[in-house]
Amino acid sequence: MNDLIIAGILMGGAGLVLGAVIGVFAKLFQVATDPRIALVTELLPGANCGGCGKAGCADFAKSVVAGENLPGKCPVSSREQVAAIALALGVDAGGGFPKRAVVRCGGDFEQVTRHVNYNGVADCASAMLIAGGPKGCRYGCLGLGTCARKCPFGAIEIINNLAVVHEELCVGCGTCVAACPRGVIALVPANAAAHVYCNSPARGAEKRQVCKVGCIGCRKCAKSSPDQFKVDGFLASVNYEADPLPGAAEVEAAACPTDALLTAERHLFIERNEPEGVAK
Amino acid sequence: MNENDKTDSLRLPDAGTLVLSSSPHISAPETVRRIMGKVLLALLPAVAAGVWFFGFRALLIIVLTTVFCVGVEALWCWLAGKPVTATVSDGSAAVTGVLLALNLPVGVPLYVPLIGAFLAIWLGKQVYGGIGNNPFNPALVARVGLLIALPAAMTTWTPPRGMMEEPAAARAFFDPDTFKQLQGGKVELDSVTCATPLGVAGTTPKIIDSANPKAELNFARISQDGQLFDYFIGRRAGCIGETCAPALLLGALILICFNLINWRVPVCFVGTVMLITGAVNYFFPGVTPPALFHVLTGGLLIGAIFMATDMVTSPITGTGCVVFAIGCGVITSVIRIWGNYPEGVSFSILFMNALVPLIDRWFVTRPFGYVVRSREASK
Amino acid sequence: MNKSSRGVMTFKGGIHPAGNGKELSAGKPTQTAPLLAKYVVPVAENAGKPPVPVVKKGDLVRKYQLLAEPSGFVSAALHAPTSGEVTGIIEVPGSMGVPVTAVEITADGLDQGEAPFEPLSDWRDTDPARLLERVGEAGLVGMGGASFPTRVKLSPPPDKPIDTLILNGAECEPYLTADHRLMLENPERVLTGAAIIGRILNVRRLFIGVEINKRDAIDALTQLAGGYGVQVVPLAVQYPQGSEKQLIKAITGREVPSGGLPMDARTVVQNVGTAAALADAVTLGIPLVERIVTVTGAVVNPGNWKLKIGTPVIEAVKFAGGVTGEIGKLILGGPMMGFAQRSYEVPVAKNTSGILLLPEDEALNYGSGGCIRCGRCVQGCPMHLMSCALATAIESERYDLAEANHVMDCLECGSCAYVCPARRPLVQHLRRGKAEIRKRRTAVKK
Repeated sequence: MNDLIIAGILMGGAGLVLGAVIGVFAKLFQVATDPRIALVTELLPGANCGGCGKAGCADFAKSVVAGENLPGKCPVSSREQVAAIALALGVDAGGGFPKRAVVRCGGDFEQVTRHVNYNGVADCASAMLIAGGPKGCRYGCLGLGTCARKCPFGAIEIINNLAVVHEELCVGCGTCVAACPRGVIALVPANAAAHVYCNSPARGAEKRQVCKVGCIGCRKCAKSSPDQFKVDGFLASVNYEADPLPGAAEVEAAACPTDALLTAERHLFIERNEPEGVAK
Repeated sequence: MNENDKTDSLRLPDAGTLVLSSSPHISAPETVRRIMGKVLLALLPAVAAGVWFFGFRALLIIVLTTVFCVGVEALWCWLAGKPVTATVSDGSAAVTGVLLALNLPVGVPLYVPLIGAFLAIWLGKQVYGGIGNNPFNPALVARVGLLIALPAAMTTWTPPRGMMEEPAAARAFFDPDTFKQLQGGKVELDSVTCATPLGVAGTTPKIIDSANPKAELNFARISQDGQLFDYFIGRRAGCIGETCAPALLLGALILICFNLINWRVPVCFVGTVMLITGAVNYFFPGVTPPALFHVLTGGLLIGAIFMATDMVTSPITGTGCVVFAIGCGVITSVIRIWGNYPEGVSFSILFMNALVPLIDRWFVTRPFGYVVRSREASK
Repeated sequence: MNKSSRGVMTFKGGIHPAGNGKELSAGKPTQTAPLLAKYVVPVAENAGKPPVPVVKKGDLVRKYQLLAEPSGFVSAALHAPTSGEVTGIIEVPGSMGVPVTAVEITADGLDQGEAPFEPLSDWRDTDPARLLERVGEAGLVGMGGASFPTRVKLSPPPDKPIDTLILNGAECEPYLTADHRLMLENPERVLTGAAIIGRILNVRRLFIGVEINKRDAIDALTQLAGGYGVQVVPLAVQYPQGSEKQLIKAITGREVPSGGLPMDARTVVQNVGTAAALADAVTLGIPLVERIVTVTGAVVNPGNWKLKIGTPVIEAVKFAGGVTGEIGKLILGGPMMGFAQRSYEVPVAKNTSGILLLPEDEALNYGSGGCIRCGRCVQGCPMHLMSCALATAIESERYDLAEANHVMDCLECGSCAYVCPARRPLVQHLRRGKAEIRKRRTAVKK
């Protein structure tokens, strides 16, 4: 018992003395930092996604406080969060409309023909080195999930060998856009409800050979709502600068013959409910 | 028309079955599973010797430990959502299990293998990401863990078959009462405990002053020629698989023939221990027993042959392996001669395991085309 | 010189593929393939710039007529393999997996044409510059695999003196026997080619390296070699003996410096097939329109065929009597460095040395397991790299680490992945690393 008490006193005493020493030195050698940096860092999402172009949230906070960036440059923060930062610093919020990523491909195992079996590194960029990838289409999503692994928010799911972005999780940081070796992913305005799920500039007949849901450039959508859709060569796309952006009604009216033009909701529904396919 | 004639007799391939992959498209027959199978084969002589010397209970311990290790690995994979059969079927858990069992005393309680299995597979291997990622030899992690946690169970030794054949030589390893009872035939050999040669050597007070003959005499008492032969054959106390040198050497031969280990590792390891202990014994006979005693006792041989040569936890290049083995030998000798533990093989290998990344960085191969050719260029 | 324990030349590292599949076709004399109704001659298959087609749909062509002319210095001409009508400039699957432009020729069945160039039977007295010009006219490219225009290779810059020519007859790739049959059946063409290249480069030391598993070819060459001033060097059977750098090391003892070319070791290496085609171009005045191809693997009748450039692979499979089992991979080239194909419509190109239909059970199936650090890849690497460590670094995107450990010196010969017991796709990892580092280097330059 005696030993216990002695040990307790010794340890406690040592702790007290050392703690005091640390406290004194912390005060003595304190480096002055702008307290606003800590404040802004606190208000930022803290995902360190790098979507703003800085090394992380703390780095971005430093640049905002220094006046190099406006708080709106953070693609992840909601408008309210951005406004809170702007208010705290007394600066302009800045920034544009929030963005979302969209994988411009609808070619899962069900839809893509001439998809050969692939055996090797499960990484899109590595697969690209082997005869340009296993997919019949040279422009579509490879489905090996490089973007999904890179996404700091877990917003990309690989369903049936196709990357699909979950809009509610995506913050538009753009990490996936940089990760995709085929450039299938694009950042679009967050309020866009419909997209053309095809990225292939190839001729319509060529696309038909490899994919059931590729855009064949029939121009039906552009004819039905010329302001909201545009066709470049054999590839239609949504005009994301249009106001209003196309919604379910316009998609309905366009009646895309290959289902390349879909609302995001419908696209997710189709991918979710398709039977598990295998490589053909 | 010509086409139609052909289609009857010709089988043409279907492009749908083609597989796209990187070159090369063929491979050598060796797989991880085959390697592990060969290691198990090499362990077989040691297992047989262990069962011969320590009886049926040794087999029970070996089977139990192996089953526990495989089971614990399957459990981890199941919990972690990894493929269970694919992971377990590579055979690495079985090898770890057998190795761990060979490093246990035969008399351990049956819960020790279970704890050992968790220590080896979970703490030693899977927390790092499974096969290939573990910095330390899993079986050794478990052995050292058990040694520290359950020192009594791990150092209670049962005498092997044939140990009493020469009672005079065996006298040093029993306490006097037990020895009297044994001689009188009052108790069976496998119901008593005894000391290991290293244990006896370890508890002898070491005095560098050569005027003190007591330690020297004590060392001489346990390292006579006949006794060394007994140690070689395996008639000494110790872990199940570490005692029988011929079986271990046969295992080494198998491993070397299958090109699974670099022969330099066991040779340099044992050689270094012999050199250091031999030199110390020569100059200060009161400090440590002779070199041959050190080689034939404790787990030096099983460690040098099966543990230090573990592919995952030893360096990749040949030079690196030599450095690694010499390091193991130095640390083993230091612990045995001056340390508090009688045995230092496990600790030395674990310590050197930790240095492997550094060794790998220092001893890289010279790539082709980086030679300085002053003579050739001036020609 | 580097002798192996058996007293033949070799290098350090490498592997010894057991049961290398050559027995399937090594004993089969080269057969001339029957004329097909249609050929698709790929335009863009050589390294460097693709040539530009000079014919259009509807043109009638004669055999050996120019189809496409070189578009720059590193480019090679293309000629018609048979007479007929150009029925289209189309896109076909290329051997690298991406579609390539090809000239489709519907044969007229006559296979007629005249040699477009003047035969130079007195080549021993011809001006070397004239011979070099002929090499360019005939559209010669390296027929061993890289398809690099031969004229470029034979025009070393003046600051790189060349004193040695090595003809590469090692044929170290398993399964392939095309070069073996060529050396056995036409040693005089190979040796003539060697002597002509020797004249172009003005070198005295002419070697031809052959692995000793082709004993009959070595004998055939040795009998005639003296008359051409060529020395036949038997080499150990060891992969990759036919890699330029390893071949130079084995025969001359010189090491091509890292990042360098054979000319940095004062050596030029040419494939024996290229030498034979070069001999034809000079002595007969005909361009390169056909080559010997080994069609092997799970086919009824494996063997060696003289195929016209532009023969679709499926037709070659028909010549070989069809397939015998489940095909796992279709490979153009050998099993160690050849390219897996996604279609049987790929046409034979100038560098197609083999068509290998690998049965499903023989094809390497890559796994996703971790490296067990056994070090077999390090022992097997002919460039003495730490392949496993490189692959692990690249897997975790540590390209800086991979670069510091010389990943750029990798030959992609496949020795590491061949011996890997964990079946790791090492070559693919290393390729990824090399591609990524190249990308970064060009980005820095800009």
